[in-house]
Amino acid sequence: MNPTLHPVLAFLQTWWVELVCGVVIIAVVPLVAGYLTLMERKLMADMQARLGPMRVGPHGLLQPIADAVKLLIKEDIIPDNADKMIFWLAPVTSMTAALTAMGGIAFGPSFLVARDINVGLLFVLGVSSMGLLGIMLGGWASNSHYSIMGALRSTAQLVSYETAGGLALISGLLLAGTLKIRAIVDAQSNDGVWFVFLAPVAFFIYLVASIAETNRAPFDLPEAESELVAGYMTEFSGFRWALYFLGEYTNMIVVGAVATTLFLGGWLRPFPNVHWMNWLDAVPALFTAAVGVYCVLRAGKQPVRVQIWFMWGVALTCFAVAVVLGLPLLVAQLKFMMPGLNGAFWFLLKISAYIYLFMWLRFTLPRYRFDQLMHLGWYILIPLAIVNVLAVGVATILELEYGWNRWLALVVTTVFTLAAALFLLRVNDKRAAEASSAAPPEQPSPEDSYAG
Amino acid sequence: MGPGKSGDRERAVAVKKTEAVRRQKRKESDLRNVSDTLQDDAAQKQTLLGADELILNMGPQHPSTHGVLRVKLKLDGERVRGTECVIGYLHRGVEKIAENRTYQQFAPYVDRMDYVAAVSNGLGYCEAVEKLLNVEAPPRAKVIRTIMTELQRIASHLVWLGTHALDIGALTPLFYCMREREEILKIFEKYCGARLTTHAFRIGGLQYEAYDSFEKDVERFCKDFERRIQEYVDLLTGNSIWIGRTRNVGVLSAADCIALGASGPVLRASGVKWDLRKAQPYAAYDQYKFEIPVGTNGDTYDRYMVRMEEMRQSRLICLQAIENIPAGPILGKVGKVLKPPAGEIYHSIEAPKGILGYYIVSDGTTQPYRVRIRPPSFVNLQALDKMARGHLVADVVAIIGTLDIVLGEVDR
Amino acid sequence: MQTPLDNDLTKRYREQFGAAILEAIEDRKQAYLVIEAAQLEEIARYSRDVEKFDLLEDYTAVDWPRREKRFDLVAILYSFSHNARLRLKIPLAAEQSAASLVEIWPTANWLEREIFDMFGISFSGHPDLKRILLPEEWQGHPLRKDYDILQQDTAWVRENLGIESGQ
Repeated sequence: MNPTLHPVLAFLQTWWVELVCGVVIIAVVPLVAGYLTLMERKLMADMQARLGPMRVGPHGLLQPIADAVKLLIKEDIIPDNADKMIFWLAPVTSMTAALTAMGGIAFGPSFLVARDINVGLLFVLGVSSMGLLGIMLGGWASNSHYSIMGALRSTAQLVSYETAGGLALISGLLLAGTLKIRAIVDAQSNDGVWFVFLAPVAFFIYLVASIAETNRAPFDLPEAESELVAGYMTEFSGFRWALYFLGEYTNMIVVGAVATTLFLGGWLRPFPNVHWMNWLDAVPALFTAAVGVYCVLRAGKQPVRVQIWFMWGVALTCFAVAVVLGLPLLVAQLKFMMPGLNGAFWFLLKISAYIYLFMWLRFTLPRYRFDQLMHLGWYILIPLAIVNVLAVGVATILELEYGWNRWLALVVTTVFTLAAALFLLRVNDKRAAEASSAAPPEQPSPEDSYAG
Repeated sequence: MGPGKSGDRERAVAVKKTEAVRRQKRKESDLRNVSDTLQDDAAQKQTLLGADELILNMGPQHPSTHGVLRVKLKLDGERVRGTECVIGYLHRGVEKIAENRTYQQFAPYVDRMDYVAAVSNGLGYCEAVEKLLNVEAPPRAKVIRTIMTELQRIASHLVWLGTHALDIGALTPLFYCMREREEILKIFEKYCGARLTTHAFRIGGLQYEAYDSFEKDVERFCKDFERRIQEYVDLLTGNSIWIGRTRNVGVLSAADCIALGASGPVLRASGVKWDLRKAQPYAAYDQYKFEIPVGTNGDTYDRYMVRMEEMRQSRLICLQAIENIPAGPILGKVGKVLKPPAGEIYHSIEAPKGILGYYIVSDGTTQPYRVRIRPPSFVNLQALDKMARGHLVADVVAIIGTLDIVLGEVDR
Repeated sequence: MQTPLDNDLTKRYREQFGAAILEAIEDRKQAYLVIEAAQLEEIARYSRDVEKFDLLEDYTAVDWPRREKRFDLVAILYSFSHNARLRLKIPLAAEQSAASLVEIWPTANWLEREIFDMFGISFSGHPDLKRILLPEEWQGHPLRKDYDILQQDTAWVRENLGIESGQ
């Protein structure tokens, strides 16, 4: 055999699974992100008493495909004085960071991409922070004063809230005791409770921080059209913009996955170890079957034949998935598949709920102004996160060294953290009141010619 | 081959030349950055104004200027040091047109000024001409006019609320407001056939009788509307982000308001409890009980609260009015040809945006000699400079929104 | 419809300014005073400070080309405390300029700019008298009676819009 081929084959033999998974991620995740945009538009429409995309495909289901095609065939405009290499590199960096972070996430006990690396969560966090580089490069490469300012603002926002989010994750990690993804979920399984119930404040801080990290409302000032300073994305059009946009949605999935793994029990079902709740294991199959039944009921009411076929197709897919999920329950030899399949279902359900919350907040809340945003991050969220880390640390020590009941320790420290939060808010309110009753905004000099 | 033809050809050649020049210019400018032009502006002005000041142009095309309005901001870093509004992009010469139309022919033009609240414009004009003619509309016409105008006030405030919330980032209230406004526009359509530029009233009264289910429709809308206002209140009023974006933003004191001529909700939010419907009642307003909402600070939040409360009060007026619409004729004694005796009149009403005034001079012929329209948005927009100074750029958008301007009225 | 007016208000003005009050008329229950252009600023100040007409509700002009004093500046004042309106009419000759009222009522800023734009009347003492609704380089003052309804500044249109105006 050709001597150079041997190490390649050896490499492939050991790493073929990971490579396949990587390719699947790069192929599938952008599609999923695209359909997330459709889900967002449909949800937004539903909350705004309207229908959303309806035209392309049945009920607008081909809308992301149409958008992708449109963006691909758009003219590629590069500003004249832009640095062409960096202009190409910036959106690619953003998307690469998001996709690589996906690689560190596990959807089930055996659905891992990379081997279960011992710094799993840190890897995901670190790599997703590389997206910052994509933003900064994008602002710089646009060769525009306003784009750079917008990129700087975005970066400042991301850095501030990553600090708070990281500290919140540390609280969760103190409870888990490890950075390995599978071990974190196993720790929650061993304790029999999701960490969100043990450290709710940490979950809340991470929720807020992750909204800011993904540039979602109410922290989406860098992307808002009604603001004057152009965001870093202004000069990017066509597929470059699509990469940024998909990168943002992929980041949402990553951030949701991290929160689910650490706080929401990963692939565990609710009440993972409670024996009399084992009937919950049937929920995935039943849920999918119920969706299928709903599709069957609606199929008859569709006005157009292609829609009837489509609904039947969806219904049959749902039933097939339900059968696959239900088989391990019924066939004893297949029981080993259950944690994997059901786990994937629960994991996806939890990520969906988390992302649904993101979208719900976007449609409900107005936008923060940039100084208010930074104020919230540095004056409220980071101090609270620090206090929370201390509190959870104290609780852990109390439990390990002094033999306190874990629940008691954590309840006590959570109460203390909430008290600290109230104190922080009161201090901030007082400071805001003082600022507004202080001198009003400067009045200009009388010779100012801008008198109208 | 007459002189006309060669003149045409010359003109065609001239047009082609200018076209070519413009195409060349456009090609050159396309190759530059969108924001390059801003940079050039900035660089130029830097030498004139000093190193710390920057002129930023919020151009005529902008999602948040509610029409074609150009605002030049003089910035010091992030703070606004001064503003200059450039208006006139929608100037259509309505006052000049008025001198060439008869009184009835001019009435539809009036709708097109504040196109969001066409019915109020029509009310002001018809009442002004009626005063000029010394006729009065019959009581039934007055009451129906009042109901229509109050519905229009609600519709105008709904547009304001939706777009203002959208500028500040709340995406959802816009659609809820449009949903409510749809009901009002349906009533208008059933009444006079048009939704936006209604031409609902005639000089001397009304042309159309209230249609059969008019009272029922208005009552159903008003009964439903209380719950809807509560939806907006739930979304915005207590929301700390909303309060953070609108409290102490764009403060205008009462003295400044009066000095700058600001009227309407802007004046009332600064603490002046004054409403032309109560001070000098017109139409049927003296028959109904309603409150005048007043604010305390004169900031954006107060203007928001005042307009929300005004919507509630309008609803109450409508409910009171439909209980007892007097029977009788709908058009007063006016001939087909209107020739008011020579003289002049000034009549103003409380339009949703402020004091809308009509100053009409008649020279005894069928066409007015001069029609001057005092636009509330034009005068209110003057206050933008005073309100925006010292605030951040992000607040300018909120301040323009809170003034509730319609460029059709500003420019006429 | 126009009757001469002689109520308390008119008496006070006449006392204060004598001959500057040229006429006092009531037309359709609305009062107006025709005043001398030279005394405009004093009368305005008196109206605001003593008579409490604190709101300049509107400020406009009317063109009577066949009169000797071609323009009529019309200021409509409103008093919140008295809930009353007063109109002041100031006849101006063709090239005559009037004193600016910006110091007294800041709202006059844009209102005077519009009068300048539409009629060509200049105001001395105005901080920034330039056109407001029409482009700055426009020639002609449209609301004058000798400006035809179909007339345009075709040179400006040709230069800036690149079209031959159809009017």
